[in-house]
Amino acid sequence: MYSEKVMDHFTNPRNVGEIPDADAVGEVGNAKCGDIMKIYMKIEDGIIVDTKFQTFGCASAIATSSMATELIKGKSVEEALELSNKAVVEALDGLPPAKVHCSVLAEEAVKAAIVDYYKKIGKDTTELEKQCNGCCASCSAHEHEHATHEE
Amino acid sequence: MSHEQKNRFVYADNAATTSVHPVVLAKMMPLFGEVLGNPSSLHAKGREAKKYIDDARSKIAGILGCEAKEIYFTGCGSESDNWAIKGAVKAYLDRHDKDTCHVITTKIEHHAVLHTCKALEKQGIKVTYLPVDENAMVNPDDVVKAIQEDTALVAIMYANNEVGTVEPIKEITKRVKEVNEKILVFTDAVQAVGHLPINVKDLGVDMLAFSGHKFRAPKGVGGLYVKSGVVVKTLIEGGGQEKGKRGGTENMPGIVGMAEALAIANEEMQDDNARLAMLRDDLIRRLLEIPHSRLTGHPTKRLPGTASFTFEYIEGESLLLMLDMMGICASTGSACSSKSLEPSHVLLAMGLPHEIAHGSLRLTLSHETTQADVDYIVESVKKVIERLREISPLGRQ
Repeated sequence: MYSEKVMDHFTNPRNVGEIPDADAVGEVGNAKCGDIMKIYMKIEDGIIVDTKFQTFGCASAIATSSMATELIKGKSVEEALELSNKAVVEALDGLPPAKVHCSVLAEEAVKAAIVDYYKKIGKDTTELEKQCNGCCASCSAHEHEHATHEE
Repeated sequence: MSHEQKNRFVYADNAATTSVHPVVLAKMMPLFGEVLGNPSSLHAKGREAKKYIDDARSKIAGILGCEAKEIYFTGCGSESDNWAIKGAVKAYLDRHDKDTCHVITTKIEHHAVLHTCKALEKQGIKVTYLPVDENAMVNPDDVVKAIQEDTALVAIMYANNEVGTVEPIKEITKRVKEVNEKILVFTDAVQAVGHLPINVKDLGVDMLAFSGHKFRAPKGVGGLYVKSGVVVKTLIEGGGQEKGKRGGTENMPGIVGMAEALAIANEEMQDDNARLAMLRDDLIRRLLEIPHSRLTGHPTKRLPGTASFTFEYIEGESLLLMLDMMGICASTGSACSSKSLEPSHVLLAMGLPHEIAHGSLRLTLSHETTQADVDYIVESVKKVIERLREISPLGRQ
């Protein structure tokens, strides 16, 4: 069902934990849907020098969280904004079709954290927040993402 | 973790299916070879095959406390459920020359019953889905209150497959019959036959479904008890097998295997159910030591091998896969393990919120389960939950 890479990132997730003095924190999902991801970033000169995550969810949610942190670590904030759920899925050698929606969680968590960071440094986030509200408020919103991001 | 532990294997998913008992397999083997006849054939080989089926039918009837002619063989438990429900409704409509009637069932039935009822609703049949209490127990008063003038059938499971709660079928049947003795009572006893002593006459039900692979017979064979005099329309038309009630060449080796398996299960039940329940209770007691855990299903009125739980702040599929890697086969009602993205309908019907239902675990033991197996399960579940909670953002606030 899952690729070896998914199982590897699920059983040995990279970058698990909290950053107490993080420059950016993003949390998306909700317990009712069965998945929540919280991501922390340490940002220096526009570069994500460290990132950690905590995820409540199934194996694909945990694996995509782990992979997303690996993909953005050392990248600029702008590069991290470009991270798509598709890229995360590809880096994991694919996910079963019913599980692709889980990867959206990671993309949205990264965006939510960057919105948080931009707000802190006084940058306009209107456009960004339009793209993503940073929190799927209900399962129906979640279903919507499922539909729009899966193709 | 030691090397030895890594190689340990514990099968704790016996409510999903069981292994074929070696004695059952030995009994079946010649039936795939020398006993080659079609039971419907008139020649010697046909008569020989027929005799095997007749003997198996008598054996099962003896154990369930009915007459041989009241036992019909099917392809699986789901077929028995479909047949009982659709057949009873069709017979009622024909008899009353009507195009609708009423069926009473519950919110916690197996999908073979629930989806059959949903399909009937699309055809205009009225269905009441009764609620259950927090232990998944059906209240007989609710059943009685739901009865309408045109209620044709009450279909309530004997024991729940997800949480193990054993329903008061005898009382429900008695109460229904007091209101209207013509209302048929059907019980899906797929999880109970071979695990609890069952006498259909004592229960008073009109129909009872069972499935061989839940009690160490092979997959692909089931049965339906239909009380003498009860009319159920045929679901599978064919060449007159099962007294014209169920077409299709009989799965003779499977039927013989099912009878043998039930006889063995019946003996083991008497000798070993007390030990099994003790193991189950030990497992329950020790897993409830985990903070934010709860038992699901009735604390005492439950199947002897079924232990089911929810653990907050973790998700069931993750738990299941990590246990799998430690050699433990279990089951969960989490949304991520299903195709629907909805958590278990049983846990929701019991009033559990979605976020808790996502973290469910079912462990179903067998007569082969040992204390060492239980020890290993407890140790592994504790480790995995601790690990998943370390990863989770919940539960530490």
